Amino acid sequence: MRSPIRFEKRLTQPAWLSWGIPLLSLLIALVIGGIVLQITGKDALDVYDRIFERGFASKRAIQGSLITATPLAFTGLCAAVAFRMGVINIGGEGQLYVGAIGASMVGIAMDGQPVGFVVVCMLVMGMLFGAAYGSIVGVLRARFNTNEIITSLMLNYIAGILLNYLIFNSRSYWRDPRTQGFPSGKPIGDRGEWTKFSIFGVSVPLGFLIAILAGGAVWLLYKRTRFGFEVGVIADSPRAAAYAGIRTRWTIVAVMALSGALAGLGGASDVGDFRHLLDAKGLQLSNYGYTGIVVAALARLNPLATIFVAVLIGGLTNAGYALQGPDFPSGLVGTLQGLILFSSVAGEVLLRYRIRQNRTPRREAVAS
Amino acid sequence: MTSKTAVKMTGIVKRFPGVIANDGVDFELRPGEVHALLGENGAGKSTLSNILTGLYRPDAGRLDIDGEPVSFSSPRDALEAGIGMVHQHFRLVPTFTVAENIVLGEAGASVFVNRDRVIARVQELSERYHLAVDPMAKVWQLSVGEQQRVEILKILYRGARVLILDEPTAVLTPIEADALFMTLRSMVAEGRSIIFISHKLDEVMAVADRITVLRGGKTVGCVDTASTSTKDLASMMVGRSVEFTRVTRQQPATPDDIVLQVSVVSALDDRGRLALTDVSLSVGRGEIVGVAGVAGNGQRELAEVIAGMRSISSGSIAVEGQPIKSGRARSAIEQGIAHIPEDRLHTGLAASHSVEDNMALKNYRTSALSRFRILRRKAIRHQAADLVERYDVKTPDTRTPVRLLSGGNVQKVLLAREFSSLPRVLIAASPTRGLDVGAIETVRSRLVEAADRGLGVLLISEDLDEILSLSDRVLVVYEGRLVANLPIETADRSRIGLLMGGSVDGVGARS
Repeated sequence: MRSPIRFEKRLTQPAWLSWGIPLLSLLIALVIGGIVLQITGKDALDVYDRIFERGFASKRAIQGSLITATPLAFTGLCAAVAFRMGVINIGGEGQLYVGAIGASMVGIAMDGQPVGFVVVCMLVMGMLFGAAYGSIVGVLRARFNTNEIITSLMLNYIAGILLNYLIFNSRSYWRDPRTQGFPSGKPIGDRGEWTKFSIFGVSVPLGFLIAILAGGAVWLLYKRTRFGFEVGVIADSPRAAAYAGIRTRWTIVAVMALSGALAGLGGASDVGDFRHLLDAKGLQLSNYGYTGIVVAALARLNPLATIFVAVLIGGLTNAGYALQGPDFPSGLVGTLQGLILFSSVAGEVLLRYRIRQNRTPRREAVAS
Repeated sequence: MTSKTAVKMTGIVKRFPGVIANDGVDFELRPGEVHALLGENGAGKSTLSNILTGLYRPDAGRLDIDGEPVSFSSPRDALEAGIGMVHQHFRLVPTFTVAENIVLGEAGASVFVNRDRVIARVQELSERYHLAVDPMAKVWQLSVGEQQRVEILKILYRGARVLILDEPTAVLTPIEADALFMTLRSMVAEGRSIIFISHKLDEVMAVADRITVLRGGKTVGCVDTASTSTKDLASMMVGRSVEFTRVTRQQPATPDDIVLQVSVVSALDDRGRLALTDVSLSVGRGEIVGVAGVAGNGQRELAEVIAGMRSISSGSIAVEGQPIKSGRARSAIEQGIAHIPEDRLHTGLAASHSVEDNMALKNYRTSALSRFRILRRKAIRHQAADLVERYDVKTPDTRTPVRLLSGGNVQKVLLAREFSSLPRVLIAASPTRGLDVGAIETVRSRLVEAADRGLGVLLISEDLDEILSLSDRVLVVYEGRLVANLPIETADRSRIGLLMGGSVDGVGARS
């Protein structure tokens, strides 16, 4: 039997596809999710309606969504920056932890210093720690050609273990000595808590504004600078890059450092904007790093779109938390995220090929 | 059922965005003939064969097989109608055996394969058509020539009666090519038909019964081989007559005014074996120095070492006395070394990038194209538009990805970029390979013009005609060493041939 459709390679990609396909992917994911809901005896439309309401339909909902969207924007950028060069950095998760460790360290240490100074130092430390952690992957790849997917994934576990060690298994600088029961992180000083900005009555975390700035900066970096040009050539053909005198190894390390720095900013924002301490358990339960990959994929690695998608997925996740209960399956949001990743990766095929119908009748027999 | 025509294509039209690849092509294949499809790169040969094998669907026109109209919507349909193609780039699974590759994807194959029967059938076919190959060997162990035989066996196994071969000799040694021609003859003798796609005139004259010439997507004509000549075919192909003679130089070379000096250089290949041993050579201002040799004797490494893409293990390289840092392409570029690599589309160019980005690939760092590390997009576009114009690159737009251009235009983009950097030295590796007659002529005259203006050229080529018609001096490489350094007056074909084959030559001085 032969297939009723066939794929024909596209020679050019119409501009509308670059936003049309992700939109379609999202829609398909929602439809499949809806089918699953119906099968399990839930009313899909009702569930989606409630998700929309709790995720986007009010000021409070949007405020909550932005809180989840902020780290996702950073980890999304982290993934997009590396993926665009063909370096598959799965390590946003660990780089974010390490960024949080760095930021909380100065946040605790600088208690009492001027507010702006503390905030800037936390941002810088988060970036530096994340960048250093990301660079490990970059150096291994550049120097020994190790597979970055494996090294970055393994480093996530190491970062997780480090978090557990700092808070649960040691009397480290980060652990709050005052807590008697369940161990927790030492709170940073009041001045380390980042200001919120009110925009149209919605309180927006500082981290989210920084994420927007970072998205714009990355977009400019890749679109307009020599560095971005070099990254593009390496992604296209490493041999052409070597031929053109581009320092490929250096660029790989630089991109991994940048990627890690963005995730590290996310970690700093988690400490400064929201939790105000190094929350070993909370960070590991949130899966920001992995969800960031979904965000970047749906945004088709466009840094500006990444911010937008982060808000979308952030709203979804936020609504998931809010609605958890007997009539709202707790696995639904995770399932939906998986479906979104799946369908947006599948959507890439549509970007490169178009589907044609096989309709002509076949010749009856081969003459001989 | 008998029929006068095996394949008949009438008024075939196929458009791609920005180009018409086939513009009313007529083609007719008789049973039992070898029919050559001749044309320049971009003349529409590949498009036509892709239509015939069901890969593309024509926008207009009619296709008849054995006198009956057909319409293919997939390669499988074409195979069922008895049409099979051997592509230029093989489609084999290297870790599978020959027999496994042959049954792979077979129409109507069941889950279980009768191994012994397959092997027996493959053996029978390979004996019948002199296609010697061991059905149990793994494909990665085979030479390129053997792999091609597997491809031919694959389509014969599926019962193809019309075989399309796309530039089959491009990957073959002369002896292998002769063997292939014998195979083709024996297949034709049994009533099968062959479409032989090529742009090599001599080869087409040697193997084909009839020849259809395409130019610019249209059929120029169909001639009997017996009643035509190489010269006629060449002029049909390019639309004007082309002469192959030794190029005359406007300015004499000055070999003593050295621009490129390579001194006792040794280097390793990708697998860590010694690929170059104590190579010393010099290129003078305005001099074209040809490097002859059988492929794989260190030519690629030599080009890469000079262009800074490969580190040297000992020795030194200098341009006008300024040393090049070993393995630093940027240093070589800054010293004025231009490089046309063998693999144009993936080494010389970033294939998915636009024409304008590729034109800027080597000078985007200069202050003309970037300031404070920010690219000046307008200047980049401007440069590209100017070069496209000056070098007559046929592209819909400067933002078109170079992978969509035809082979000749790809090479023009490369040449435009390399020449416009006003280099002092040019390393040209097989600069005309795979190009059609018209493009070859363009490339060669550009090389000579540049040499006339004082450029030192190191021309590395397996095409002896090219070396003899362009060079002022000929070097011969054998197993990573330079074995001869001959002024063009004393360089004759048979002597170079012997040197290339490793026979000792008492007269030619070792350089």
